[in-house]
Amino acid sequence: MTTRMFGQRIKRREDPRLVTGNGRYVDDLGTGALEAAFVRSPHAHARILDIDVSGALDVPGVVAVWTYEDLVGKLAEPLPMLLPHPAIEAPVTGHVLAKDEVNHVGEAIVMVIADDRYLAEDAASRIEVEYEFRDAVVGIEAARDGAALVHEEAPGNIAAHLVQEVGDAPGRIASAAHVLELDLDIERSASMPMEGKGVLARWNREDGSLRVHSSTQTSTGVRAALAARLDLPLNKVDVITPDVGGGFGVKINHPWPEELALGAAAKVLEREVKWTEDRREHFISSAHERQQLQRVRVGFDDDGRIAGLDVQFWHDNGAYLPYGVIVPLNTSTHILGPYDLPDYRVEYYSLYTNTVIVTPYRGAGRPQAAYLMERTMDAVADYLGRDRTEVRRRNFVREFPHPIGLTMQDGREGIYDSGDYDTSLDKLKALVGWDDFADYRREAEAAGRRVGLGIGCYVESTGAGPYEGGHIEIETTGRVNVATGLTSQGQAHQTVLAQIVADELGVPIEMVSVTTGDTRKMGYSVGTWGSRGAVMSGNAVHLTAKKVKQKALAVAGRSLEVDPADLEIVDGIVRVKGDPKAQMPLAMVSVLSNPLRYAFDDTARAATQFAGKQDETKPPIAESDKPGLEDSDFYSPVRSTFASGMHAAIVETDPETADIRILRYCVVHDCGPMINPMVVEGQVHGGVAQGVGGALYEKMAYDSSGQLLNASFMDFLMPFAAEVPEIETDHLETPSPLNPLGIKGAGEAGTIPVSAVIASAVEDAEGFPITRMPISPPELWELRRRHDAGEWPSLRRG
Amino acid sequence: MTTDNAPGTYDLEAGRERTQPVALTVNGVEHRLDIPGRRLLSDALRHDLGLTGTHVGCEHGVCGACTVLLDGQPVRSCLIFAATVQGREITTVEGIGDDPEHPSPVQQAFIDSHALQCGFCTPGFITTIEAFLAENPDPSREEAREAISGNLCRCTGYQNIVTAVCRAAELKRAAGRATAGCAGCPGSGTAAGEEQP
Repeated sequence: MTTRMFGQRIKRREDPRLVTGNGRYVDDLGTGALEAAFVRSPHAHARILDIDVSGALDVPGVVAVWTYEDLVGKLAEPLPMLLPHPAIEAPVTGHVLAKDEVNHVGEAIVMVIADDRYLAEDAASRIEVEYEFRDAVVGIEAARDGAALVHEEAPGNIAAHLVQEVGDAPGRIASAAHVLELDLDIERSASMPMEGKGVLARWNREDGSLRVHSSTQTSTGVRAALAARLDLPLNKVDVITPDVGGGFGVKINHPWPEELALGAAAKVLEREVKWTEDRREHFISSAHERQQLQRVRVGFDDDGRIAGLDVQFWHDNGAYLPYGVIVPLNTSTHILGPYDLPDYRVEYYSLYTNTVIVTPYRGAGRPQAAYLMERTMDAVADYLGRDRTEVRRRNFVREFPHPIGLTMQDGREGIYDSGDYDTSLDKLKALVGWDDFADYRREAEAAGRRVGLGIGCYVESTGAGPYEGGHIEIETTGRVNVATGLTSQGQAHQTVLAQIVADELGVPIEMVSVTTGDTRKMGYSVGTWGSRGAVMSGNAVHLTAKKVKQKALAVAGRSLEVDPADLEIVDGIVRVKGDPKAQMPLAMVSVLSNPLRYAFDDTARAATQFAGKQDETKPPIAESDKPGLEDSDFYSPVRSTFASGMHAAIVETDPETADIRILRYCVVHDCGPMINPMVVEGQVHGGVAQGVGGALYEKMAYDSSGQLLNASFMDFLMPFAAEVPEIETDHLETPSPLNPLGIKGAGEAGTIPVSAVIASAVEDAEGFPITRMPISPPELWELRRRHDAGEWPSLRRG
Repeated sequence: MTTDNAPGTYDLEAGRERTQPVALTVNGVEHRLDIPGRRLLSDALRHDLGLTGTHVGCEHGVCGACTVLLDGQPVRSCLIFAATVQGREITTVEGIGDDPEHPSPVQQAFIDSHALQCGFCTPGFITTIEAFLAENPDPSREEAREAISGNLCRCTGYQNIVTAVCRAAELKRAAGRATAGCAGCPGSGTAAGEEQP
């Protein structure tokens, strides 16, 4: 009997290639291609008065220099607003190359194409742009103030404004026994994949087709955008996503200006053209996330049961809004976390600033939501002098399905489909030793050390629609080719999707190979975002495999002259249940499924019209049938499924230097049944590491004129191995009733509560509230000084 | 005013950049290139020699993705002009093992330990660890963490890379014992095929 692959810690099938230098990322392709470099704005807000490109033309090897004036047709139009939403009041997007004005440092103004990148950069550095400066709007306070505007068409710098309300939060708060107000602040960070963006475009003049390789999270989206903006038939454009060196959200926005510019240049020049984003470009011209100011009013009773929650927040969306309001919308719809709060009101403003655009970064608004809710829970517990886990438990959702009355990013109502928050909390408390911490703290204090324990809980809507698809063909060799349209950036799709297909088809996993993100293999797809890869494509290939299996059994049944219901597939052999002698390999079934005229090899000979017995009264292919052992299917969920988790950390803060060290980090995670626990744990580890970066180290240091002061790895403090703790994990596997495999997404989970957890732990160590994250040693030191001076309050328990 | 390039960078008559002959010994093979003096070693390896396993993550010497071995010592190939390393021995990830069917012990340890996700930073870790284990064949977990603390990874959280360093040391010791004919030692000779502990 074949071992069930689902649930096994299968080693990754991607790895042998990647560890031996045989990965193929965009910049590894296109030997000899022309290369592009861009002149980018050094100013945050300015009108462009003149562009003098003459100096560039003297550089040898320069092939083309393009400004906005060189963009033709739809290429000259503003970039698309990808996700329209009724909350958007002033939709403004940029252009492929800046038109008349620039709105952030790093905005592309001129594209230079030359024999190689060195020459293209030489030429770019000789281009002179004359600017007329305008006041830069930097930071939420300046944007909210509205004295200076980013865009004339967005009064008050307001891009979007939304109120969602269930029950009567203001009324319930007014009548509550206790009321607290909190002002919270969370800073910018960024996805910061190790590989930046990259595009390789090749125009085939012989058939008038465009092939683009892009380091993207959606090859189908890029393809559609290229076809539309270059005015090409869709079937003349293919987009292939090769190996991608990390995405974490930033590569889901599309089309990036460079994708369109390179596609157009390849077509016009009839040459292969490549652009590889360098690190500085990634900092100043890709996307950031996280920055919000939040105001909370919460009413609650003596036990900590929350009566009403009223939230306002202001979200910095940067210079343009190509990805709509997904990030603030996710914040507003995830604040409730694992808690049953029937009276909730949320209002947000999404504001323009003269900074890099804000699009989803791992968690996509959810980390801010967890931060807000969990800071609130800690404040309630402190006010009442109760244990922080007790107050949380008082408010848990316990009945499922649990509708929350809010419209999610997929346009559907959020309904928690399943979960077990009490057990999660029990497991977390056991894992971190919650009830023993007081003793540990006493011992530490006796040794002159300062330690704190923090907690953070969250739920995450995962696996949003509209759909993903699968295509499976079984070759006459027995090889199983699986394709799905979404892309991979390290999530082990080639392994976990193969596990699912191997189980359903009853074939050894070695026979299964998986292709992702190639529009030549699967033209219909949405993309990789929102912890949806496993849920969406996992279920799609599962459904497809079922169809292909049914077909295999039907074909084999005809040949073996048995009822297909009596057949099973084991180790790639179709056999009669209970009579293993009546059998044929899937490879032979594949041969039989495709009646042939020509015998090009021994296998094919078995399928020709003169091979074997045939029913001459029927056509070789039945009316409802198709040749080949292959099929497609799609999975489209009615709504998102909710994963959940709870984290706890123990931190130590240096009494002298205010250095903050994480001593232990514990995770209890519930993404339903795990296809491959090794992969899930890897996702959790990586997610927590990014969360730690966002909690303690990473911020985008803009000055008041809109210059990003730390746009390099020297100054933007991404965690190295020395900064990330060993992560201890435990799992629950509460199945989702919404999809055939019962699974939930896991990709973003690790990141979501980390800022909340670290704030909770530092606050617990220090005895005063932490309301602004990330927190660095100098910032903690300053808070201590203010606290000692009586300018910053103590916790009540302190 | 442009200061991007020194006078004489270009051969304007030929319409291209001036080049010079550079001999590079990479993975035991000598290559003769004709490249500009400012060509970075990382670019020469990747684009002139087609050894694309060496990746470029930051171009300012911080991330470590471009780490190669120069006479056995890890260096950042994005900070070195190719023309300056003539006559030195350069080892890239492909020199450590370029056959997916037969990965080296360090490479196998990465597979065993799920020490990579997107794989972009991985070659820089593998070269770094190869050099580290040559100096410290039996590291503690703390030493293993210290050894990789100069390389950035955005996917894994490093935990499984630390495990991979220890696992690689184990595999290398086992391989060493196997070649020394010490067949009785636990794990020797077969370690590469073992399941992860």
